[in-house]
Amino acid sequence: MSISSSRKTTNAVMLGLAVLATVVGLFFLAAILVTLFWQGLSALSPRLLLENTPPPNSDGGGLLNAIFGSVVMTFIAIVVATPVGILAGTYLAEYSRGSRIAEAAKFINDVLLSAPSIIIGLFVYTILVIPFGHFSAWSGAAALGLIALPVINRTTQDMLSLVPSALREAAAALGTPRWKTMTHVVYRAARSGILTGVLLALARITGETAPLLFTALNNQFFSSDLGGPMANLPYVIYQFATSADPNWQKIAWGAALLITLAILALNIIARSLAGKQQS
Amino acid sequence: MDMLNSSPEMRAAAAASNQTGAPMEQPIKVEIKDLHFYYNNGFEALKGINLQLRDKTVTAFIGPSGCGKSTLLRILNRIYDLYPGQRVTGEVLLDGRDILSKSEDLNRLRSRIGMVFQKPTPFPMSIYENIAFGIRLYEKLPKSEIDGRVEAALRKAALWDEVKEKINQSGLGLSGGQQQRLCIARAIAVKPSVLLLDEPASALDPISTAKVEELIEELASDYCIAIVTHNMQQAARASQFTAFMYLGELVEFNRTDNIFTAPANKRTQDYVTGRFG
Amino acid sequence: MAVITEETLDTPQALASRQARRLVIQDRIFYYLTLASAVFVVVMLIGVMVSLVVGAWPALAKFGPSFVWTQRWSSVKEIFGALPPIYGTIITSLIAMAIGIPVSFGIAIFLTEICPQSLRRPIGVAIELLAGIPSIIYGLWGFFFLAPFMAQWVQPALGASLGKIPGIGLVFTNSASGLNLFTAGIILAIMVLPFITSITRDVFQTVPVLLRESAYGMGMTTWEVVRHIVIPYTRVGLVGGIMLGLGRALGETMAVTFVIGNSHNISASLLAPATTISATIANEFAEATTGIYTSSLIALGLVLSVITFAVLGLAKWLLIRSDVK
Repeated sequence: MSISSSRKTTNAVMLGLAVLATVVGLFFLAAILVTLFWQGLSALSPRLLLENTPPPNSDGGGLLNAIFGSVVMTFIAIVVATPVGILAGTYLAEYSRGSRIAEAAKFINDVLLSAPSIIIGLFVYTILVIPFGHFSAWSGAAALGLIALPVINRTTQDMLSLVPSALREAAAALGTPRWKTMTHVVYRAARSGILTGVLLALARITGETAPLLFTALNNQFFSSDLGGPMANLPYVIYQFATSADPNWQKIAWGAALLITLAILALNIIARSLAGKQQS
Repeated sequence: MDMLNSSPEMRAAAAASNQTGAPMEQPIKVEIKDLHFYYNNGFEALKGINLQLRDKTVTAFIGPSGCGKSTLLRILNRIYDLYPGQRVTGEVLLDGRDILSKSEDLNRLRSRIGMVFQKPTPFPMSIYENIAFGIRLYEKLPKSEIDGRVEAALRKAALWDEVKEKINQSGLGLSGGQQQRLCIARAIAVKPSVLLLDEPASALDPISTAKVEELIEELASDYCIAIVTHNMQQAARASQFTAFMYLGELVEFNRTDNIFTAPANKRTQDYVTGRFG
Repeated sequence: MAVITEETLDTPQALASRQARRLVIQDRIFYYLTLASAVFVVVMLIGVMVSLVVGAWPALAKFGPSFVWTQRWSSVKEIFGALPPIYGTIITSLIAMAIGIPVSFGIAIFLTEICPQSLRRPIGVAIELLAGIPSIIYGLWGFFFLAPFMAQWVQPALGASLGKIPGIGLVFTNSASGLNLFTAGIILAIMVLPFITSITRDVFQTVPVLLRESAYGMGMTTWEVVRHIVIPYTRVGLVGGIMLGLGRALGETMAVTFVIGNSHNISASLLAPATTISATIANEFAEATTGIYTSSLIALGLVLSVITFAVLGLAKWLLIRSDVK
């Protein structure tokens, strides 16, 4: 009798701890989000979106140049990384069944996927910033693109492998060349899944700071010169939050909130797309 | 040829009915000579097949699961080439030309041989596009002509009336039986010389199955058709010749009537009477 | 039907044959495009390693292998030692694992065994949201909320209790600020939670239903099933998931930079400020004016990439072995 009741007790305790763990996890999520909204909301105003970053110890100012810079660099990064990622994923999923080199390439891609982004930043620094002699938005975009690329590669592989082989055979049976089978039939069938991958990559690079530290750096002013340093939201947060200037800190929280909202929106869209892909 | 009854009387009768287009007089479209097929693990799935497919004739392939009938069909349009490592020896002559040669243009070959699969495989496009897709691959036609071809194919597949109002909607919205008829329409729209049907009705409900079988009987007068089927009644009804396969070998190949009423081989008899399979 | 075509013929036959040849060429182009893209990814990784070695070379040449165990870090004297950053990286990651693993397992067990079906998805999604929050947000939160909280409530308590025990007490000697190894470790733990949880969950779900059912059928409690059936069955995948979390923790930059305290001293206490490899690089790169300074920072990056790639490679291999994607 006592054996079984001690087993029951152990069970209850361990399961209780599991529930506790979940509560802890959810608590931290809530704490972070609540803090973010509480601090960030007070910074949200039309001014935030219309004015450039202010000099220290002043009043007002906004994030216009940083928003512009982030949008531009992120856009370039995704526009370049998406076709390369999709094509790479296509090769690894369609053309190289079982080949050991392809298995190695998939492996390497997955390692790159989880690699610390600061290392990517250092890499782009040594190949783009040093030779050209200065920081630039191009380098920033390159670093972000290199982070997005393995994500898109991997999700494309996964989505393409879900397309039934009968569909490919049906296209081949009509005499369709391989590439047309891919572009007109298989890509279409995997369309929403691949798009989900792109959105997830986009969400991933939206908050990335470390790679920008050594590539795009930052810019106090509004600049549309892609060949020079360009303002961006993460760097502004980094610089402003650690300063003693309360105005700067407020703007930093505003930027943090904007980034988080963008990422949440992207995740929601990506999830609903993924749901459509299932059906 | 050797498998067919060739008594003098029969040969005389054959010569006499030359004009009527009875099946035995149709020219040979596809000739298969000593065909062996090996999967990439070395397993020999086809062990020396010899047979002929005649034009404007339906040849049915029957046999228990795993006997190689689908494998054989998939060699005729070299679909197996999509999967590296599989090997074929022997000859398959389409209108006298060996299609197994390495220099054969596979895309072109496949555009001349139509295939319908076990499960319906509509492309993720509109019904119209599904059919126009194949046509556009090799022919440059103005839209009006393509419209005409699409309609003709859908009519032939007995689908036109059901879809003409929604021809620009996705093919995926059709029922299973309709999707399969769409796939058949897609296959015949490009005017192939040979039609391969791999258990086309096995995934369908009885009513759709009946419609598909009707369709096959109609198409028989225009195409050289090879159909793999598990359904022996279907084979008996729809085909003029039947090939019975077992464990990768062609056990018996003869006119359908003979296979079902007076099979020469005991195993054939056991199979068609339901003793096994 | 032998097909003989001449380029000048316009019969449908000839047109179709020309088209067929065109299509073969197009196929080949597409193939090479995809191949080039796949190769590009591999080249990138190689490029990363090569560029790091090249950039680190001056420092490595000057300091030699002693770089890894030198404690001194002086930009004035141009002597740079990687020991404090390496120490900080390892300790914060260990703390993150010590806290993160049990909590992640707990969440995974909850989600797979206890949670009512209807709540599974929402809670699962909520935990995954933690992964989506960029690390700089964690840094902000840690800097403005966790660190002060630690300094005001937790650290004094620790210092007064565990800190007084001779021996281990040194580990918990209080310092004035909440910016230290311990705080950084906690932040990292929260960050790796969603990764380890999600893989653990996936791996738990590979246990065959029949196996589970027969265990329950024998009268085992839920916990016993988890402990004696699920965990041993999924052992390899679990370790893979842990290593993946570890890989993330090792390389994490922005969250740690905000709360680590940025000191190149090595102290016995977890509550003392320290630094990690990525925090050092992030903080000091802009100020690195001399070649040797920059090169030393890149050398730190090289050390980090060697460690993380090894850990991530191992994690991936383990996960492949346990059939999880």
